[in-house]
Formats: sequence, C-alpha cells, structure tokens
Amino acid sequence: MTPAQTPASRQGVNKIEVPVLARVEGEGALFVKTKNGRIVDLKLKIPEPPRLFEGFLTGRHCTEAPDITSRICGICPIAYQMSSIHALERGLGLEVPPQIRALRRLFYCGEWIESHALHIYMLHAPDFLGCQDVVELAALNRDAVLRALRLKKIGNQLVTVLGGREIHPVSACVGGFHRTPHKKELTDLVPDLEWALEASLETVKLTASLPFPEFEADYEFVALHHPTEYAMNEGRIVSNKGLDIEADDFEEHSQEQHLRHSNALHSVLKARRSYLCGPLARFNLNFETLPEVAVLAATLANCVPPVNNPFRGIIVRAVELVFACHEALRLIAEYEPPAQSKVPLPVRAARCAAATEAPRGLLYHRYEIEAGGLIQIARIVPPTAQNLRRIEDDLWSYVPGLLSLSNEEIAWRAEQAIRNYDPCISCATHFLRLDLQRR
Amino acid sequence: MSSKSPHPRIAVFKFASCDGCQLSLLDLEEELLDVVGAVDLVYFPEASRRMAKGPYDIALVEGSITTHHDAEQIQHVRRQSKTLISIGACATAGGIQSLRNWQDVSEYVRTVYAKPDFISTLKMSTPVAEHVPVDLELRGCPIQKHQLLEVLSATLAGRKPNIPTGSVCLECKRQGTACVLVTAGMPCLGPVTQAGCGAICPAFDRPCYGCFGPMESANAPALAQRFRVLGLSQPEIERSFRTYNAWAWQFRRVSEGSAGAPAAGHEGRQP
Repeated sequence: MTPAQTPASRQGVNKIEVPVLARVEGEGALFVKTKNGRIVDLKLKIPEPPRLFEGFLTGRHCTEAPDITSRICGICPIAYQMSSIHALERGLGLEVPPQIRALRRLFYCGEWIESHALHIYMLHAPDFLGCQDVVELAALNRDAVLRALRLKKIGNQLVTVLGGREIHPVSACVGGFHRTPHKKELTDLVPDLEWALEASLETVKLTASLPFPEFEADYEFVALHHPTEYAMNEGRIVSNKGLDIEADDFEEHSQEQHLRHSNALHSVLKARRSYLCGPLARFNLNFETLPEVAVLAATLANCVPPVNNPFRGIIVRAVELVFACHEALRLIAEYEPPAQSKVPLPVRAARCAAATEAPRGLLYHRYEIEAGGLIQIARIVPPTAQNLRRIEDDLWSYVPGLLSLSNEEIAWRAEQAIRNYDPCISCATHFLRLDLQRR
Repeated sequence: MSSKSPHPRIAVFKFASCDGCQLSLLDLEEELLDVVGAVDLVYFPEASRRMAKGPYDIALVEGSITTHHDAEQIQHVRRQSKTLISIGACATAGGIQSLRNWQDVSEYVRTVYAKPDFISTLKMSTPVAEHVPVDLELRGCPIQKHQLLEVLSATLAGRKPNIPTGSVCLECKRQGTACVLVTAGMPCLGPVTQAGCGAICPAFDRPCYGCFGPMESANAPALAQRFRVLGLSQPEIERSFRTYNAWAWQFRRVSEGSAGAPAAGHEGRQP
C-alpha cells in the first residue's frame, strides 16, 4: 500500500505509514523511525486479532486437534494436521505402517507445491519485477502466470485426491487417514506432476534471473534434519550453530516473548536469540538429501549452500518445488494401499510434542492430555512467530542502506524483504503497515 | 487490481479468520484470469499492493468480529459497499473462535499470552450480520470456490445465486455414498448441515462435522437425540455441535440445551 508521507524534511522527523502490508497472509504493519539518517526504532506490528486457539483447545478431545488446528491457517492446513497428529501419535505410542507414512509425505508435497507456487509467482515475484500484483505480472509475462496457476492447481489436486478439498482437507487423522486412495487415483496425477516437475525447473531458471539486492546476514538456520530424506514430517531440530535436539526439548531451548506491538508472540533461541526457519534453512541444512534433479537445478542456478541472501530464498523455494514434484512422483510410483487406512487409538494420558516442516518453516505442537483423551494444555509455535524477530533484525540492517530513496521506495523494498519469509500472520497470531518517522 | 476501469469494483476484507476463504478466490486457478478480466479487484491486500478507497460495488468479508477496532471497521466497510457478502463460517457464524463465547475470554488470553494487558479483544466472537446488514451469506469452513464464483456472477448479473439450501444428506444420496449414520452408526451432522461441500466427509468414510453450518430447517435437537441413542455422552454431543459454526443458533440450542429459536432481531447481539 502507498505509504502516507509526512511533509517533514529528510533531516527532521520522517514518518512513512503503510497501513496494510500486502501479499502476505494476514494483517501486518511496519513502523520505522529515523533520526539524522539513522534508524532509532523499528517494529513489525501485528494487529491481526488474536483467535486464542490454545485457549479453546483445552477440554477438546485429542482426536479433534488435527481438524481444529488446521483452522489456524487456510494456506497451510496440512502442516497443522501433521504436527498435531505426529505429536499425539508419539504421546499415545502409536506406530503407523510405512504406507501411511509415505502418504503423509505425499500429502505434504501437495501443500508445498500449491503454497510455494502461490508465494513465488503471486506474492513475491511481482516485487522483483516492479509489479503491484500478479495481474500486472500477467500483463508482463502471461506464460509465467499461466504456469503458476497450473502448478498451484496440480498441488491442490494432489491435496484434494488425498483429502477431499484444497483448504481444510478432511482425511488426515490421528492413526492414519479416514480414507486412503486407490493406486489409480494417484497414478492419474502422474502426467500432471511430470509437467509440474518441468515447470518447476523452469521456475528455478526464472527466479535465478531476477535482480537481487546485495544483502547477507549471519543467520542461525533452524530446520528438521533427517539422515536420509529431505525432512518434512520427521527428524531432529538442528541448526548451523550447534542446535541438535528432539522436538520434546524445543521449549527448553526457545523462548516466546510477548511484545506490545505484536499480537503474535516472538520466538527466539535462549542461547543465541533470533533465528530463521523455512526453505532457506531447510536448503542450507539438508542440501545433501535433495534428489539429484533438485541439486542439479540449484547448481545450474548458481544457488548452492550456504545461501545467506534472504532475497535468494525465492530461488530456494523454486528448488523445493522441484523436490516436491519429484518426491510426489517417487511416492506415487512406490505406493501400495495399506491394509487398513488407520490404526486403532489407545487413549491414555500423555505429554507429547512434535515439529514438522510447514511450507514456511518449522511448526511445533505440544499437548498434554488426560486419561480420557481430553486436551489439558496445548502449545503451538508457528513458523512466522519464529521468523518475526529475524525479519526485524533483517530490516534493522537492510533499511539504513535505503534511506537515500523516497519513502515510497523504502516502503516497497522493506515489504519485499519481509515477504522473503512468506510470512503468515494468520498463523502467527494464532501483516503490514510501514510507518517511517524520520528525525 | 488495476485502478481505472468500467468494471465493478470488488473489495476483500479480512477480520478474525484463517485467510482460507479469500484464498478460495486465488484457488480459482482456471477462472482467475477471467475473473480479474471481468471485475476490478480494487482492494485485496492478500494479493495486491494497490489498495483503493471505497465506495465498492461488492465487498467480500471474511472473518468474525472480535475486537473493538473490527467492530468499528465493519461499519465503515458497510457504508462503503453497495453489496456486502459475508464469506465463510467465521463471517457467517463467528467461526471456531466463537468458542470463547461460552468461556471467560480473559482466561483464554492468559493461557495464550504472557502479558494479557497488551491484548485488546471483545468477550465474544460474532458474525458480521450481528453488526451490520448483510446482503448475502456464503457458508462453509472453508467456502466452496465454485459457490463463490456463482455468488459473484449472480450478484453482478442481478439474479439470485443458485446455492442449495438442503442438507448434506441430499448430496450423499446424489453421489451414491452409503449413509454413515445408518450403516455405520457414525454421529453424522449431515442431516442438519447445509449442502454445498459435496458431502466430502461421508465419502471419506467419516461423519460430517458440520462445517457448512445448519441448514434452514435443521432439527438439531432430534439429531442430538439420535446421537444419544448411538451412545454419545452429553459432552461428546456438545462438542460435536460446538465447532466452526458453534454460535449459529440451531447448533447453539443443542449445545446449550435451550428450546427454540431466539426472538427475531435478537440473535445474540453484542451486549
């Protein structure tokens, strides 16, 4: 949105206001205050109304958690279903057959494809090309937008076959799926997914050709890590600065801070403060587990770890698109329907936690349930809450280099830097106005 | 999303919600470029930096009203909009966050936030229609994207949208899905839930959980009685009616054990 500019001179007070940040999921605002060309205050404001999920999950049956928590986010409902299901299955001591495990990974691939296609082309690429939105982008490059829409549709089709609908799908449950697909329902998707793999490779080339600002930071990248596969549902939580823990220990190492300007809590590491989760973290930490086709695409795009420029995250997302399409094809080729779609649920008292990789990063759930299966305590840490402090830190170092520009230009570039994180504010409150004051 | 054109001006507003219903607009992958060719999406922050001021021909409103700020904002949206369409369970029934309406909200805030003083929120989460007159309501958690397209086309053409008002049962019958309530004894909300989703849950071998909210003539107490016969406890019955459309009166009268419809114009309006 066009920032409101106060008439104050460059040297004096300066204030830019962007009342609503565009192309993010949810409501946010940015406030920047400068004095004599230096930033004295900077806040990512989150006015999105709190919805208090953790409050009303108390007293609900644990089997309701996947459907209820999916309502936190319409963009990544599967992530909420997966994190809650994995946490509860760990607590109840449930082991699911390998086919169920594979189907969940396939389900997640669908969400990654639709979410990444949406973010790359419709929310983020317009910034790099000076477009206000995807409609302007379509006027510039209609083929790219048609490719994006078909890619997104293919991701959504995969989700729909497995879950009944794109948004808030209905099939995943603690113990497995209410219904598992026949082999043919999945193999019917193969031609489209093969097209999607090619389109993803094109997407890597396109994103690699975008102009990138010179900006790097010394990040702590945090992601799940699995020894043999690009981690989605399982693994240890690791970082490039020595973090290596089970999900159960996450809250011992992290801390949620509640600040006045944000209805989303800020999550930081106790030892080293802000950190980054999401595609860039996964890519930098798990590069060696990517399939050859994705490694080759990344290498040809001159995008190999360590990638410390967050703007290049758009290429990394495209590489993850390649991975997700390739992985979906592999899983479909190997799929055999399980004998039973779900395993029976032994309800008992439990304390349990799990984290999975939502499209925008690590999503942590913890539950305490009583003997009858009712939830007593629920704790959810979404990826955007973990990235908020890191986004502010990026802006503290990025915005000073922009102060010679107009307020409008600063606002747009700051927004672009925020969109590097594909922030989901609906998630984080359970996005953005730029308000720049120059003194 | 362009600024000057003869097309109808459409705005998309968000209150307390998950963004899923407005995402349905972008999920119209095949029709999206035709839609943006036929209308002018002048205010749609999820998709564009360009945000035009009103007045608007159509406002699509997602989300429920949960803060003082939003209670004022929805008045502003109404004043600016010729036709106001509320979309999704949050906007039409208060959403899952209306579960606070039976609780002490300050306790919820203390559960979630370390510094409750920083949080400004109303005691209740209420649908848009409890605050301003609404021209059309589109149900669902989430809405069905082709119903959204139908409502938009109908409104622009000046005709009544073709949105079924029968129950989910009709969709099961049409699709040949065996009744999960009758054949498997599942506590299915299909008989009292408005059609529109395509009866997905029974087709996925699970009972309908009522995400499209109560149908017009829902006899929810009778269904609750059936659930009792199936062996559900009172708390289980309550929970099954208290989800995404918990604050809709037909479901509320079951979960609260009250008898009839609220008096006209008095549907739980904000005190």
